[in-house]
Amino acid sequence: MSKILSIQGGRVIDPANDRDEIADVYAVDGVLVDSLTPDQAEQAETIDASGCVVAPGLVDIHVHFREPGQTHKETIKSGSHCAAAGGFTTVVCMPNTSPTCDNAGTIQYIKDAIDRDALVNIYPTGCITKNMDGVEMAPIGSLKNAGVVAVTDDGKCVQSNELMRRILEYANMFGLPVFDHCQDYALTEGAVMNEGDVSLRLGVKGWPAAAEDIIVARNCILSAYTGAHVHMQHISSAYSMDLIRRVKNRGGRVTAEVTPHHLALTDKSLSTYDPNFKMNPPLRTEDDRQALIQGVIDGTIDCICTDHAPHTDYEKDVELDHAPFGIIGLETSLAVSLEVLYHSGLTDLNTIIGLMTYKGAAICHLPAGTLSSGEAADVVIFDPDEKWTVDPEKSFSKSQNCPWNGDKLRGRIKRTICAGETVFLNGKIIPAS
Amino acid sequence: MQSHWTRQNLLGIEELSREEIDTIHLQASEFKEALKQPHAKLDVLQGNLIVNFFLEPSTRTRVAFETAASRLSADTVLLEGGRSSTVKGETLRDTAQVLESMNADMMVIRHSCPGSAHYLAQVLDIPVLNAGDGAHEHPTQALLDTFTIREHFGQNLTGLKVTILGDILFSRVARSNIWALKKLGATVTLAGPATLVPDRFQSLGVHVTHDLKTALVDADAIMLLRIQHERQSSTHFPSLGEYRGLFGLNGARARYLKPKAIIMHPGPVNRGVEIDSTLADSAQSVILEQVTNGVAVRMACLYLCARGRQQQL
Repeated sequence: MSKILSIQGGRVIDPANDRDEIADVYAVDGVLVDSLTPDQAEQAETIDASGCVVAPGLVDIHVHFREPGQTHKETIKSGSHCAAAGGFTTVVCMPNTSPTCDNAGTIQYIKDAIDRDALVNIYPTGCITKNMDGVEMAPIGSLKNAGVVAVTDDGKCVQSNELMRRILEYANMFGLPVFDHCQDYALTEGAVMNEGDVSLRLGVKGWPAAAEDIIVARNCILSAYTGAHVHMQHISSAYSMDLIRRVKNRGGRVTAEVTPHHLALTDKSLSTYDPNFKMNPPLRTEDDRQALIQGVIDGTIDCICTDHAPHTDYEKDVELDHAPFGIIGLETSLAVSLEVLYHSGLTDLNTIIGLMTYKGAAICHLPAGTLSSGEAADVVIFDPDEKWTVDPEKSFSKSQNCPWNGDKLRGRIKRTICAGETVFLNGKIIPAS
Repeated sequence: MQSHWTRQNLLGIEELSREEIDTIHLQASEFKEALKQPHAKLDVLQGNLIVNFFLEPSTRTRVAFETAASRLSADTVLLEGGRSSTVKGETLRDTAQVLESMNADMMVIRHSCPGSAHYLAQVLDIPVLNAGDGAHEHPTQALLDTFTIREHFGQNLTGLKVTILGDILFSRVARSNIWALKKLGATVTLAGPATLVPDRFQSLGVHVTHDLKTALVDADAIMLLRIQHERQSSTHFPSLGEYRGLFGLNGARARYLKPKAIIMHPGPVNRGVEIDSTLADSAQSVILEQVTNGVAVRMACLYLCARGRQQQL
């Protein structure tokens, strides 16, 4: 017998289809349909979504699920639970696992784990250099055949312009986007936080925005020269934003993402030396933050990504200099984005949902991020106004390195549906039956 | 004078009030007076166990803290970097809690990481005194420096011109002194090469110059800082010779200072680099007075933090 869903009375926001209306959404056997027959309507499980937004399941093309190799921090299973709890039905995992995703075997291992453990759609990426050492090109063709949706050395940055040029030419042959974590190493040796008035006062080794800007410029130039698609990860600086805007206006094949934390926080948060505010790239100044918000509003930014980067409490609970970079973000991404961009009055729900659904999916050519008829029934139902408290005890991550722990945020996920199955409902994960 | 001290920790000067600095200085001058008696030993911290936890090399600060503790009749234990469990992979939290579990009463910490004293103060119940955390703060050094300046110029430092010359970027001494001097009303000028004294320091409310003459003219006190080879990459200036040529203090340049100006240095001095050897030993130099005052000031800090702890129990 068919499994039929009728999601009724919600505000349906589907930016890819330019749709924003109070309407019902239907699915039959995990696929979205325009309407139900009277028979189907009678059999359907009805879900009351009145007062809520009904949107495509969220998409995040930049997460770290740490499997294989660092499963004390996160696993594909726990990571997929975080995703479901955050309203995400599609995520793209970075390849800095142990071993790294520089070979088809590791990709197959991850795909097997996804088939076995994942509650949402998870896609792997492959490395661009062997062991992410930045020296020799990884077997990008084999990785493509193994099923990666993008290639990147995320967490590291290829310093050789010659090697990067060849990687772009080579990856472009397979239609794979190259994601780059933009960081000049010589300018950031031993650096811990943004170089600015705050780092100067705290005596903490500074990380100049120029270290990002130089690589962003390099990538823009090499993209133009090779014709390849470069996706700039987690842009943090005003100058980089300006560079990307100009190159996009000239028709360049570059895309860019921004994280909720760079939109919401600045380097002032580090005044208490709290490692939960230590990330790479670092939190920047208020001017940078405003430039990122402007980039979101004017469309320079293609998508919002969390860079969900779990580290355990005992790894983070050390001197700021020694703490690892990164924070988790899947469960807070929508709420933080809504606080910064929507509740502030700066932009509308359509824009934010677009940045968190089809736009990221398009970068990796993923079948996700819309409510189009015939697509998988990946749906999120959320109340944009409901206030909740970020409670590490209630997180589904194996790590609790979150800067918003204890904070009250508006925007609560009520239900996440992946391929027609409810995977998250009112604070609880619904395991696959 | 009324006491304005209720803290159990001394982590930095930035968070102190003018009145708190006054209280420490007043207490230090009482201890300094007491120390003038031969074989002076006070029993105010009798039975207290003070752990000197030094994860970075130190001579004068460590010895001054040990001497101060001993003059107050406290027992001290020294744990140094390289010998402690931190090299065996133990975290700072665990090592510190082990020491606290041995019923230590106070901890003095020197660490290469900025913020580490604040971190320990969150982890531990007992008082924590910062003996230098990376390039962040070195509060007892600034307290003894300003104590020394007050002995020479009186309690009111309003309008006094103090120049700090040298490697400011990597200097916790400079940062703590900037806060202390400003709170006491002095005008502060930072001088040195642009790579070590970036203009961004103006955000702390001080003057910045890269011209030595501008820095020295009419100064009442000059604090010299050592070039910290161990903290710098090779990119900050071409050579010690060029540094000395542009920024080294010698007899001719010292004449730009006010006639009664004092020359200070927290040590260790690199003779012939930041200061001419004869100038370091001249009548204007107060370098050894600073060392003497360092004991009295640290006695005051230990005593006041112990008392602050008692009041909170």
